[in-house]
Amino acid sequence: MAEGVNEMVRDGAEAKVIRKNNRLVKSRIPKRYRVRELDERIRRERTRAEARLISQARRAGVATPVIYDIYNSTIEMDYIEGKPLKYVISEDLCEKLGELVGRLHAAGIIHGDLTTSNIIWDGSRMWLIDFGLAFSAEDLESRGVDVHVLFQTLQSSHPNHEALIDAFCRGYYRTLESAKDVLERVVEIESRGRYS
Amino acid sequence: MTLVLGIEGTAWNLSAAVVNEDEVVCEVTHTYKPATGGIHPREAAQHHARFASWVMSNLFDELADKSISPNDIDAISFSQGPGLGACLRTVATAARALSLSLEIPLVGVNHCVAHVEIGRWKTPAKDPVVLYASGANTQVLAYRRGKYRVFGETLDIGVGNALDKFARSAGLSHPGGPQIERYAKDSVNYVNLPYVVKGMDFSFSGLSTAATDALQKHTLEDVCYSLQENAFAMLVEVTERALAHTGKTEVLLGGGVGANMRLREMLDIMCDDRGASFYVPEKRFMGDNGAMIAWLGLLMYKAGDTIGVEDSHVNPNYRPDMVDVTWLKE
Repeated sequence: MAEGVNEMVRDGAEAKVIRKNNRLVKSRIPKRYRVRELDERIRRERTRAEARLISQARRAGVATPVIYDIYNSTIEMDYIEGKPLKYVISEDLCEKLGELVGRLHAAGIIHGDLTTSNIIWDGSRMWLIDFGLAFSAEDLESRGVDVHVLFQTLQSSHPNHEALIDAFCRGYYRTLESAKDVLERVVEIESRGRYS
Repeated sequence: MTLVLGIEGTAWNLSAAVVNEDEVVCEVTHTYKPATGGIHPREAAQHHARFASWVMSNLFDELADKSISPNDIDAISFSQGPGLGACLRTVATAARALSLSLEIPLVGVNHCVAHVEIGRWKTPAKDPVVLYASGANTQVLAYRRGKYRVFGETLDIGVGNALDKFARSAGLSHPGGPQIERYAKDSVNYVNLPYVVKGMDFSFSGLSTAATDALQKHTLEDVCYSLQENAFAMLVEVTERALAHTGKTEVLLGGGVGANMRLREMLDIMCDDRGASFYVPEKRFMGDNGAMIAWLGLLMYKAGDTIGVEDSHVNPNYRPDMVDVTWLKE
């Protein structure tokens, strides 16, 4: 493990993420436009919900970071060593990813931000990270939007996206019973163009 | 110069205006005011039917004062939806009659898109994320690939409707928004109320009910204050997400709830923190008005988007993302 590492991983609108050695510290940023009591409540609730969903996903067989501590609106968790999927993408890995997302959806969890930067491959295992926009849902629309966001990332950054999407679907069918209905909904969502 | 006469009447406000490329030439409005409670759809439609000829004759008188004859008008536009069905049908009938008798084209206008376009006309905003917050409609819109896409919207009732419902149950008269704003100014005691943002969408009906229940234990001032804080923070959060998602750098506010100074202040702070520009048109162009229907009618007329009477059906559920934005060049 790298010692003495202390770097800003992400400085976003909603949260900032700092890597401290082999831990990742994610803190939600206060919003000045919200009254203080409300702002603190939202950040606290969302932090707890995120931590809960990360743990739930792991219990459902989806590899996610182990959480060490939760305080106020901060989560301390494992830093996952490995490469984001976007640098190592292949049909084989996309099929694995399909299985992974199918298991997540079967467990009633929507990731909310399935981009190839939020999927880590460590050489033997595939990890899902950043559950900041995750929520519990089992309806077709939520699952469809989740998959749609991923397909868009594939389409915009990988020339062989059709084969990658086909591979994803093969894996997704294997682990989610309603896969066919979800993938049909994805086509409808694309035609609306709202999330693009 | 092109002259277009537009008629708005989706809900409580009956308003007709004539615009050209440069300005609103004239506008005449007659507003339905319920004796008690909120908007009654049938009464609102009856109001529009009763005062349509009054509005039109006053409008034509004003045009005559400016030496403009009805024959100078190039097209008639009207709100085709969304709105209350009976109101929409009444206004569409008036528009069709004018179109046939003056023998000029008809333009069917989407009411939500009209709010966006009048804001773009009357402020420096060019390509904004739009927060459209009114009684019945609450949406976050932005232009992308030929359409105004809905990035976030209410899952149940409009934010103005939520405020009005609460106001009625608290014994305040319609419309409740301005009164809630007044009471809210006298409190800084925040009471916990539901905050419901799901992905990019928001929900207000539970908030309205919870605020009514909170009156059992808290003062009207405290509940008004907290209701505003929650409802508006939800709107601002989704607007900020749409900014981040689209990479746009402008926010435009529209709709009657946009008159609220606390909502403006919160949007202003958010934009300030993000380095975005925030635009609000003058008040007469925020609530429902005939000028916005005439203005979008003018844009569409010049783009060739006219319709025949046989295609002028109203659509109470007309979504903004159903409209091809033919008048904008990318």
